[in-house]
Amino acid sequence: MDMTKSELIARLAERYPQLVAKDAELAVKTILDAMAGSLAKGQRIEIRGFGSFDLNYRPPRVGRNPKSGSSVVVPEKYVPHFKAGKELRERVDLAPGASE
Amino acid sequence: MTLTKAELADLLFDKVGLNKREAKDMVESFFEEIRSTLETGTSVKLSGFGNFQLRDKPQRPGRNPKTGEEIPITARRVVTFHASQKLKGMVEQHHANTQG
Repeated sequence: MDMTKSELIARLAERYPQLVAKDAELAVKTILDAMAGSLAKGQRIEIRGFGSFDLNYRPPRVGRNPKSGSSVVVPEKYVPHFKAGKELRERVDLAPGASE
Repeated sequence: MTLTKAELADLLFDKVGLNKREAKDMVESFFEEIRSTLETGTSVKLSGFGNFQLRDKPQRPGRNPKTGEEIPITARRVVTFHASQKLKGMVEQHHANTQG
């Protein structure tokens, strides 16, 4: 089963019994909001041991409306991109059950 | 400018009211929970932000770009990130607003 945001909050609350559960929730929300806000401003994120988030440029292109078949210009845009850091990359690849 | 763990810890100090030590530990734990979950082969889905998933890549032929020697790229498990529609929208919106 996948881990969701609420499970992440629950695990952090368990790790920090001295904090009230609400603090773990607010902490997760604050971290994710800051990360999203940073990318929205065009500012990259670099988390040592985890990875980095950047924006990749997508140039304008001529696409097609799949319904009508008419050409439409899709404007240039930026899309978020994640690159796993060394520790995350190695731990995921070496984990039992990972590819031999 | 880049967003790092230090800035995230400062935000937890300011906005959540954790002390400096707790704020630093919480940021570290946040990423460690995600890492250890991915390590077990489980995806992490953070609504409003994005999903971290795992992909098993089979072995494929590779080449040493310097010597031209053929060396197989071994099978591996890698982490991929898919930004949520909300995050993609925030990034595009900001870019559109700063145009012209």
